[in-house]
Amino acid sequence: MIPEPKVVNTIINGDSKQILVSERDSLLEALRDRIGMTGAKEGCNNGNCGACAVIMDGRLVNSCCVMAAEVEGSEIMTVEGLASRDELHPLQTEFLDNAALQCGICTPGFLMSSYALLQENPNPTEEETRFWLAGNLCRCTGYDKIIESVLTVAKG
Amino acid sequence: MVATGKPQYKIIGTRPRRPDGVDKVTGRAQYGADIKLEGLLYGAVLRSPHAHALIKSIDTSKAEALDGVHAVITNADLVGSGQTVQPATAEALEPGKASPRWAAESILAGPKVLYHGHAVAAVAADDVHIAQDALELIDVEYEILPHVVDVQDAMLDGAPILHPQLRTGVRAAGVDTRSDIETNLASHMRLESGDIEKGFAAADLTIEREFTSSQFHQGYIEPQNATAFWSHDGRINIWTSTQGSFMARDATADVLGVPVAQVKVIPMEIGGGFGGKIPIYLEPMAAVLSKKSSRPVKMWMDREAVFQATGPTASSYSKVKIGVTNDGTITAAECLFAMGAGGYPGSPVGAGVMCALAPYKIDNQVIDGLDVVLNTPKTSAYRAPGAPATEYAVESVMDEIAEQLDMDPIDLRLVNVAEEGVKNSSGTPWPKIGAKDVLEAMKSHPHYLSEIQGEDVGRGIAIGFWFNGGMESSSSARVNKDGSIALILGSVDIGGSRASISMQLAETLGVTYEQIAPQVTDTDSVGYTAVTGGSRTTFAGGWVVYELGQMIKAEMISRASKIWDISGDEITYSDEGTVVGPDDAEGNKRAFSFNELASKLQATGGLIAVSASSSHTTQGAAYGGHIVDLKVDRDTGKTEILRYTAIQDVGTAIHPDYVEGQIQGGIAQGVGMALNEEYYYDSDGHLMNGSFLDYRVPVANDLPMLDVEMVEVPNPGHPFGVRGVGEVPIVPPQPTIRNAIYDAIGVRFYHTPMSPRRVLDELL
Ligand code: FES
Ligand code: FES
Repeated sequence: MIPEPKVVNTIINGDSKQILVSERDSLLEALRDRIGMTGAKEGCNNGNCGACAVIMDGRLVNSCCVMAAEVEGSEIMTVEGLASRDELHPLQTEFLDNAALQCGICTPGFLMSSYALLQENPNPTEEETRFWLAGNLCRCTGYDKIIESVLTVAKG
Repeated sequence: MVATGKPQYKIIGTRPRRPDGVDKVTGRAQYGADIKLEGLLYGAVLRSPHAHALIKSIDTSKAEALDGVHAVITNADLVGSGQTVQPATAEALEPGKASPRWAAESILAGPKVLYHGHAVAAVAADDVHIAQDALELIDVEYEILPHVVDVQDAMLDGAPILHPQLRTGVRAAGVDTRSDIETNLASHMRLESGDIEKGFAAADLTIEREFTSSQFHQGYIEPQNATAFWSHDGRINIWTSTQGSFMARDATADVLGVPVAQVKVIPMEIGGGFGGKIPIYLEPMAAVLSKKSSRPVKMWMDREAVFQATGPTASSYSKVKIGVTNDGTITAAECLFAMGAGGYPGSPVGAGVMCALAPYKIDNQVIDGLDVVLNTPKTSAYRAPGAPATEYAVESVMDEIAEQLDMDPIDLRLVNVAEEGVKNSSGTPWPKIGAKDVLEAMKSHPHYLSEIQGEDVGRGIAIGFWFNGGMESSSSARVNKDGSIALILGSVDIGGSRASISMQLAETLGVTYEQIAPQVTDTDSVGYTAVTGGSRTTFAGGWVVYELGQMIKAEMISRASKIWDISGDEITYSDEGTVVGPDDAEGNKRAFSFNELASKLQATGGLIAVSASSSHTTQGAAYGGHIVDLKVDRDTGKTEILRYTAIQDVGTAIHPDYVEGQIQGGIAQGVGMALNEEYYYDSDGHLMNGSFLDYRVPVANDLPMLDVEMVEVPNPGHPFGVRGVGEVPIVPPQPTIRNAIYDAIGVRFYHTPMSPRRVLDELL
């Protein structure tokens, strides 16, 4: 009854990783439950909240909606890979300095989505930012300080 | 910021980084579901497909036989799982009091399931998929009973009865509604003062209206979770995301029937709560699964379970009648509020009753509140529990009065505003409050003074009140040899309280914020601390560290007195954290900086360690006023918020960024209640929209920037003037938006949410 585990080869935050997954695992479950990378969060497990957002081969994805088996050969970037060895990413610094998190459970997802936004559109308007981030739910902040932080980082 | 007589602070009012911030932006912070233990099993819960049914039998044998399954439990395992103390099983019900059995049956259903999603059985297995497979192998035989999910229907004669033993109790003097008939009315309360008949007789205008509101969910992004290990020696460790680790510990011990000291709760970081993470759900299940399997068990809810089975707020029915003279003076008010408690008694109607008329001075008033059980999940607190519904009704009537009297709605409120010395609905005189300051700040705010233009565009205002909580808090502190201070907190940090409490200790001692290292700890390592809720944490946490600070100062003075060999009476502790004595015989200054003296502690009796617990009832009541401009789309029924301003008396803003953030977050949730969010049940009592897609909370492009203006009327009952700020802002949005929609399209709504469908129904 227990399905055969399967090895998946990927690169996560620049390090190559082999993950032993169940065929039924999502990428989120593989990250969290198989290799203990719990930066990506589960808020809904069905693509509605963005708390599990990671970047897969340059594309922003909700990792709860990607099967672990699909990431064979892919490069994944998670919130754990956003800061360099010595320095936080400017988005992280700005979120901190501008109090863009209260409980912080949505923060990893917002950071990854905002990172992807700025890759795609380095100078977004407030409206573009709000639309881009509409797939990430935050129940604590009312979004103000998150939007402000992203716009501040974009302005440099 | 408008400040009245605010002392000069060095740290309070600044905006430092929060101590837990780096962990939270790098993904390192450990939330409940992030815990990993050796030998960990994963749990899953079987939930009722019916709104109301008798459980005839449960057969778990096939599930138990599944490969990878380690334990299966039902209610029978929960009750009596303790080794030493039997759980209370009293059947007899005192009026208005919950049966002790209900606590266990709300965790895992007893003879009946009372709502769609009520937990029936739980499984622990090697991974979550196996646990879910096992659920499908559990056979439950139900006998479906008639159900009721609407609060007004549940009060009708002949309504399906949830608890045959329930009789209406009395919680307030004056009315006896005790009866011998079966009922869904769990309790009745009344507040009464003056003579309403005389009051209404003196009125030139009386308006009476009825209102209803749907059920709303707190919508925290992190689902409930719990991990437990029940050791062979009987000790139970529980790692969980809870708003109150001590409350979770005590409630779990009660349900399991074990001594409190046998349970340790280790609070993990918490991903939002808003009141919804005060009750326990998974903790006892995980503990019993662990006991049965001798392994640690981790459980977390899926989102559908969160919607189906964790406390939303109450649906409500309100009737409000207010009489005024032609100059706007309120002569009398009469209100009835009924709230749906869910499957077990305990809606927030009591708090709603006490808040309903709190902004105003009303000599003649009667307020009744009814707590009604029905077949929906047991409600739990949700940010200012009870107040949004009752104040929405009152503020809506106030708007209609202002219109009929042709008065500015802020002026109408100023005529009646409650002030220091005025008695509230419970008969207690208000201490210093800022309701009037808020109204005056609203009136002169550029938003209110601006012109609005455009078709189907409107403006509305309303004010809101919440008590704020006091209650017990504990902390301890140790001064290290370099002057840094380890601060141990009993309050879980749901949104910046490590920062706001550390700032108050730093201010008390005249040291820097950075030298304080706060840490939230488990229930064995700090004194009892009540929940992080009720807008109490920065208030009560601040009080405790202020007291710790006084203890540290006294100890520092006594050490200096030893070193200098003079009496402590001659030594002072300055605001800068310097310990100063009189000049010595040679005329040399005697002074130690905090850090200098800290370096001498070990040689003068050891490092300083102090702890304190306190419970102050001097929390400051708080008011907020909101102004909205919005536009209604006549084709889609959708309301767009164009501009939003909140003005709130925050007492003293300790960390202004987090104060603003609380207010903005409260507005966003209130906007959701006003325009969109609600539970949908089908005719079988099934919750139809248990996902974030279908229960749609406001997203980033639903809102504009939310402007916050803080008025600071320091609370005289707190060393730094702190008032709670978190709950007030969820109160005004519903009436503010309702009143603006009327201004925009000329339609008065009597139900929230005013969803696009309901707006279209009115327009078409
Ligand atoms: S957990 Fe993946 S989108 Fe919510
Ligand atoms: S900070 Fe709590 S959900 Fe966004």
